[in-house]
Amino acid sequence: MAGSSIMETLFQRTLDDIIKGLRLQLIGESAFISKAMEEIRREIKSTDPHTKSTALQKLTYFNSVHGLDMSWAAFHVVEVIGSSRFAHKKIGYLAASQSFHDGTDVMLLITNQLRKDLTSTNEFEVSLALECLSRIATLDLARDLTPEIFTLLSSSKNLVRKKAIGVILRVFGVYPDAVRVCFKRLVENLESPDPQMVSATVGVFCELASKDPGSYLPLAPEFYKILVDSKNNWILIKVMKIFAKLVQLEPRLAKRVVEPICEHMARTGAKSLMFECVRTIVTSLAEYESAVKHAVVKIRELLIDDDPNLKYLGLQALSIVASKHLWAVLENKEVVIKSLSDADPNIKLESLRLVMAMVSDSNVSEISRVLVNYALKSDPEFCNEILGSILSTCGRNFYEKIIDFDWYVSLLGEMSRIPHCQKGEEVENQFIDIGMRVKDVRPELVRVARDLLIDPALLGNPFLNRILSAAAWVSGEYVEFSKNPFELMEALLQPRTSLLPPSIRAVYIHSAFKVLIFCLHSYFFQRKTIASSSLSSNDLAQGVSDSVSVRESPKGSGSATCEAPANELDGGFNPRIPSQLSKDIPTGNGDEMIVTHGQTSSFASLEKNSFTEDSISNLLNLIEMALGPLSVSHEIELQERARNILGFIELIKQEIPGSLDQGEGNFEREQLKASEVINVMRDAFSKELGPVSISAQERVPVPDGLMLNENLCDLEKICGDVQLPSTSSFSLGTPHSKEKIGVSLLNLQSKEESEPSTESTSLLAEHRKRHGLYYLSSEKNEISSTDYPPANEMKLQDDLHDDAEDLVKLTEQSLVPKKKPNHAKPRPVVVRLDEGDEVSIVAKKPDSKDDLLSGAVRDVLFGNEAIPTSSQRNPSDKSSSKRKGKEKVNIDLPSELKENLGDEEKPDLGNPSSRRSKHRTHGKERRHRSPGKNDEEREENVQKEKQKSSHRHGRHKARQRADGPLNVVAQAAVIPDFLL
Amino acid sequence: MGIRFILMVNKQGQTRLAQYYEYLTLEERRALEGEIVRKCLARNEQQCSFVEHRNYKIVYRRYASLFFLVGVDNDENELAILEFIHLLVETMDRHFGNVCELDIMFHLEKAHFMLEEMVMNGCIVETSKSNILSPIQLMDKTS
Repeated sequence: MAGSSIMETLFQRTLDDIIKGLRLQLIGESAFISKAMEEIRREIKSTDPHTKSTALQKLTYFNSVHGLDMSWAAFHVVEVIGSSRFAHKKIGYLAASQSFHDGTDVMLLITNQLRKDLTSTNEFEVSLALECLSRIATLDLARDLTPEIFTLLSSSKNLVRKKAIGVILRVFGVYPDAVRVCFKRLVENLESPDPQMVSATVGVFCELASKDPGSYLPLAPEFYKILVDSKNNWILIKVMKIFAKLVQLEPRLAKRVVEPICEHMARTGAKSLMFECVRTIVTSLAEYESAVKHAVVKIRELLIDDDPNLKYLGLQALSIVASKHLWAVLENKEVVIKSLSDADPNIKLESLRLVMAMVSDSNVSEISRVLVNYALKSDPEFCNEILGSILSTCGRNFYEKIIDFDWYVSLLGEMSRIPHCQKGEEVENQFIDIGMRVKDVRPELVRVARDLLIDPALLGNPFLNRILSAAAWVSGEYVEFSKNPFELMEALLQPRTSLLPPSIRAVYIHSAFKVLIFCLHSYFFQRKTIASSSLSSNDLAQGVSDSVSVRESPKGSGSATCEAPANELDGGFNPRIPSQLSKDIPTGNGDEMIVTHGQTSSFASLEKNSFTEDSISNLLNLIEMALGPLSVSHEIELQERARNILGFIELIKQEIPGSLDQGEGNFEREQLKASEVINVMRDAFSKELGPVSISAQERVPVPDGLMLNENLCDLEKICGDVQLPSTSSFSLGTPHSKEKIGVSLLNLQSKEESEPSTESTSLLAEHRKRHGLYYLSSEKNEISSTDYPPANEMKLQDDLHDDAEDLVKLTEQSLVPKKKPNHAKPRPVVVRLDEGDEVSIVAKKPDSKDDLLSGAVRDVLFGNEAIPTSSQRNPSDKSSSKRKGKEKVNIDLPSELKENLGDEEKPDLGNPSSRRSKHRTHGKERRHRSPGKNDEEREENVQKEKQKSSHRHGRHKARQRADGPLNVVAQAAVIPDFLL
Repeated sequence: MGIRFILMVNKQGQTRLAQYYEYLTLEERRALEGEIVRKCLARNEQQCSFVEHRNYKIVYRRYASLFFLVGVDNDENELAILEFIHLLVETMDRHFGNVCELDIMFHLEKAHFMLEEMVMNGCIVETSKSNILSPIQLMDKTS
């Protein structure tokens, strides 16, 4: 055996050989690696430590660079760590820290080896063990090795002590009880004269404080000293990060640190430190105007720098400021807007965010206009970023920035026509939302929807499907505002709608149904009024017929402008003219719809609407032609809807023919039945839809005896059965298109599938029943090839820079002190539900481990060492410890301030307490007594030490002290500075 | 944890060194490296050195054919990390003498060792070049 081992050693390939071989690539990489792995598997079992460790070294290399698994070698790693030679041990520890994790089962085997190495006299062995421990420590390891680490924290060797500090973070993380043992020594290192130690310790505290800043408030004096005294930028940056967290909890701290931070900002030449100062000020000290002003000056320096890194960070800082100090953004608007055309997409995004922050109700339309022009020229990705941010900014908080909704709706229409637009879903939602919430904008909404529907080129773009669906719904729901329902019907039934996915076609058909009902109803209503007017008021009819001659000429021009279906109106036009006019007269008994109709539409458009026999029968024929083939469609939704509407036409036709041919005498009687049916349908559609509050579902009381949470698993089974066929039915007709569905679509579908379970309340159900069509899940997977030209060609636009200048000018306007612009028309009412439209965010609770850790830290800092965990402390203890913690902040801070700022007295506006001032003078006396700064520091430290180390006794005393003045100072709980 | 991982990647996207300060499975590492490298290598010199990726911020810098990528928490100071990268490169330069990709390939262990001297648990603990290098030089002498 010995012989073979020597042979192995002699002929073993080293790591260098392997790397060289890999580079030569004589046999291909994967073949080479698998051959090498074979060797490694053999060699690693060798009894010779050198062979074994070399094999492990090679394995570690493959693991870290080529990502090969090495968990199978865990036991060999342990063996190599146990080697007596340092070179082997080194390889073993590297392998362990690369590959071990919480689930590694041989972890327990290395505890003793680690302990041996931690207590070794060779500092390099100790540091190896510490390095490894910092990566792999588990609860068991940390618990067993805490005493060793505690010893090392005050080691005389810098190399070791530094690493012991570094390992503490991991140990505290996995084993919070270690805090009780090690915390004091850690704090001592914070005050070490050696900057190396301070740097390492501050790093640890920065990480600890980022998770739970509250527990470290008592250490504020120590941090403050470092902030003022340290010359090391790394340390300063970390300390500032700690303070950024602390001042949010203790506003009085902010007053103290704002000055030194500003000083650092003004003095330092290092950009990193300067940026950290800026960021600390804008995030945590935003109330200090002068500090923010200085910070903004620095931000400006960053923004105009050529370095894209600085520019990016400047923009980022600016967006933090924006929420509280918008003036800072406006001051720098030229730079921000120029950055919109930067070469770097990240910078473009940041500047877009800032531009959107500048939007106010007075400049929203101009900014949007320019941004849309940018979008037309940008790459698809950024174009959609722009569109998305316009949509979200304008839609925020119930469109609070929008005053002119007519403008906004037409902007939405325009955005839909941008070639790269992929924001169909958002536009769809806003179209419908605005339609429901803002009554006054409906006529314009219908006009925009009509323009979208009528354009055959738009039908081929799958990204627009959702928008078209919204347009169809809007024009069906608010058809009374349409200027020409016949034209609308043509658009809804045009042949190219076959390009749409079935779910959206279904919306089209349903809207066509609504339009049909509207036309029929208007037609019968007209006739009824004619009949009544001719019967009851002959005088009136006389007057009307007089005016017919007057109206003769506009009629001609009106029909000339009519679209295809209207051309045929001419024939039936003349006899019905009086009805047109009389429509406006009997407003008193007319139904509401007609009234609004008369008010909103112009006279000329009324003429186009003339509902004559011919036009109605043309309409019916058109529908029958278009929907006839669909009544045998494979798509259930389409088939059913088409049949509904065809069946209805059948019904009406039976009633109408007589009336169409015969004179006016018997018209009334025969029509009665038909108009009754139509009235019923009309009523069904005319009830207005309103927005539904997000919390509406919650407000529905749960009926007695209904157990909502019971047997939900059963329900899932049932629902799974039910939903499977329904979703597949949408794609029945187009199985080929399934392949084109991207991942995002799958997500979409799954989202939609989960929806029904949440909409189980009666309120929603009712809503759905009536307008079920709109709730259909819509699919985008119908991507049909089309030979139509693209919806709109890229228009030639003026240069980008012109746009930039435009925008600069515009935002300039918003710099002018805000006054409500005098709009021609007042902002229409936006329906909003008082409560519940906002989603309440549940505050995330810190997980239990952090809780344990912070509990332990508090215990140590506040002296409650007798009690093991925070959860077991009783309330009174907690409050007293908290009070004590705050006391300490206040004890030390003022005295330090005096140390550092000389005799300058700072008026403490926050706490005008007489006790405080008395103690302050006392502190001053003390300072005069012992002018040596170091002496006093030491004295203070001793005091602190006493406080911390005297366990039960100290706590008892402190509590006594705390209880005493509590009675004297009323708001002691809020401002507990009685110990000063 | 400030620093989550440190990667060194060459122009072809091959990983030359990978150091993670939190445990990720091999598959997760591979996926993460793939995505990040694709994102960062596609950027040019005129673009900034910061990329947001998932919940990380990536700070990267290119030296000759080698990219140094550092994944950090969101509130980490980007410029300080850039300085850290530079410090790392300078330290390697001092040790290897004009460091190149091959040096790191053939002395991966040493590179890891330097990193371990500089960073523990994601915290930067040492920023002095001579302090970082002294143990390595001692070891070189003894072995």
